[in-house]
Amino acid sequence: MSGPEQPVGAGNWGVARAVAWRSMHTYLRRPDLIVPSLVFPLVFLASFAGGLSALGSVPGFDFPAGYTAFQFVFVLTQSALFSGLFTGFTVAVDFESGFARRLMLAAGNRRGIVLGYALVALSRAVITLTVVTSVALLAGMRITGDGVDMFGLYGLALLLVLVGYGWSAGVAFRFRSIQAGPLMQTPVFLILFLAPVYVPLSLLKGWIHAVASVNPATAFLGAGRGLISGVHEHTALAFACALALIVVFGLWTLSGLRAAERST
Amino acid sequence: MSAPITAQIWALAKRSTLKTLRQPFQMFPIVFFPLILLAVNASGLRSATLLRGFPTHSYISFAIAVAFIQGAMFSLINTGTNLAEDIESGFFNRLALTPMRRLALIAGLLVGVAALGALQSGVYILIGLLFGAHLDAGAAGALVVIVLGSLAATGFGAIGCATALKTGSGEAVQGMFPLFFVFIFLSSSNLPRNLLKTGWFHTIANWNPISYLIEAFRSLFIFGWDAAALERGFAVALGILLVGLGFVVLTLRGRLQRT
Repeated sequence: MSGPEQPVGAGNWGVARAVAWRSMHTYLRRPDLIVPSLVFPLVFLASFAGGLSALGSVPGFDFPAGYTAFQFVFVLTQSALFSGLFTGFTVAVDFESGFARRLMLAAGNRRGIVLGYALVALSRAVITLTVVTSVALLAGMRITGDGVDMFGLYGLALLLVLVGYGWSAGVAFRFRSIQAGPLMQTPVFLILFLAPVYVPLSLLKGWIHAVASVNPATAFLGAGRGLISGVHEHTALAFACALALIVVFGLWTLSGLRAAERST
Repeated sequence: MSAPITAQIWALAKRSTLKTLRQPFQMFPIVFFPLILLAVNASGLRSATLLRGFPTHSYISFAIAVAFIQGAMFSLINTGTNLAEDIESGFFNRLALTPMRRLALIAGLLVGVAALGALQSGVYILIGLLFGAHLDAGAAGALVVIVLGSLAATGFGAIGCATALKTGSGEAVQGMFPLFFVFIFLSSSNLPRNLLKTGWFHTIANWNPISYLIEAFRSLFIFGWDAAALERGFAVALGILLVGLGFVVLTLRGRLQRT
């Protein structure tokens, strides 16, 4: 007699696909989820690229692709990180509703749950980044980098989705409540805005220059702006930082999953 | 025989103010969130003062106006959430069954909001001055800033009340916040209107009433006494209050009928 059979789809990928399908199905059918995730990046793009375009004339500001492209990279970075963060919210909501606990009891391999939500984060990000990029191009954004540079830019953005997801999922698995939402998004929001958002690092003065100089978000923005303009800056550093953060937050998420397992 | 209406309003105003002051998680966003954004923007956008046509060399004096608007918008969230909690917990219904006048039910809340609006405006002025902002209109200007801040907070608070009365849900009130933040983003919050170079953005900022509210606060900090800017700012704040009160009257009627 053979050992107990594993249920169909109980492996990592089977569980991941089921989680991803369900969450994306919910996301696409609920305007209260999809609309804010698309509207907020567009509002940032409109208000920063449109409202602050005069900053492109500040002495010392020299960005070959123009101010819209300069701000587009910030919006792309923010959208990527927040696509990951919002998926952490989904994890927390699924715990509050009791769905995640049932899922943990049913799943043959619980790491598949983590993987499934990661697929959700990436899928959501693809939708958001496509919309934001289309609007930016329609608004006249210039790209002076080549195809390989753009591949690098979107590759970096997808890594940042996983960074945002890793952080927020770790929090969500530990707290298992949407009340931990501010804990997920406030640090990311602060780190993003303590980087050179409006002007290059060289034009920042005082304490914010000191903070931005050691902020990993500065490397992400610098690399993204370098890739979109074709004048590379800190590209390798940004990819190294993103990969290191994925490893760290991956461990953070898996230990969070174990904490959730113990409480289930 | 019921207490006079002023006593009813006073009792509810006191309750509303204490309820907010006793909850640090409600005070934190009101006080610190606008100041953190001010610190970040004042440092990050300092180079904007190098633009030809920028009205001052101190970006913090220019940007501090936005803190008053953000604070007023937090009043919307806090007031609306508190009222929605009272509706959800049944407190509002029990209150409505007492001989208390209908006017006092909401007026008490709004008087509390006005007091908190004045308090938070005073805090923003003090911290702004400590970090290098210059209030050109002097001590009298500070009083006008506090009055305008209180009026704006009351106006936004009335909109929060109307939303809570209509929906009875704190979550729905919280959902209003990003919507109002869009109004700040699409205004002259970061640059003066003469430096908004993108045509469509300039048009939206011209039509956006929040631009005029911001410019009224800003005028006191960087120009001194500018009657036209103050008239427009007070008109916008009063307009928001009247619209908010109109919605409160309509939604209160519906809520009390359901009760």
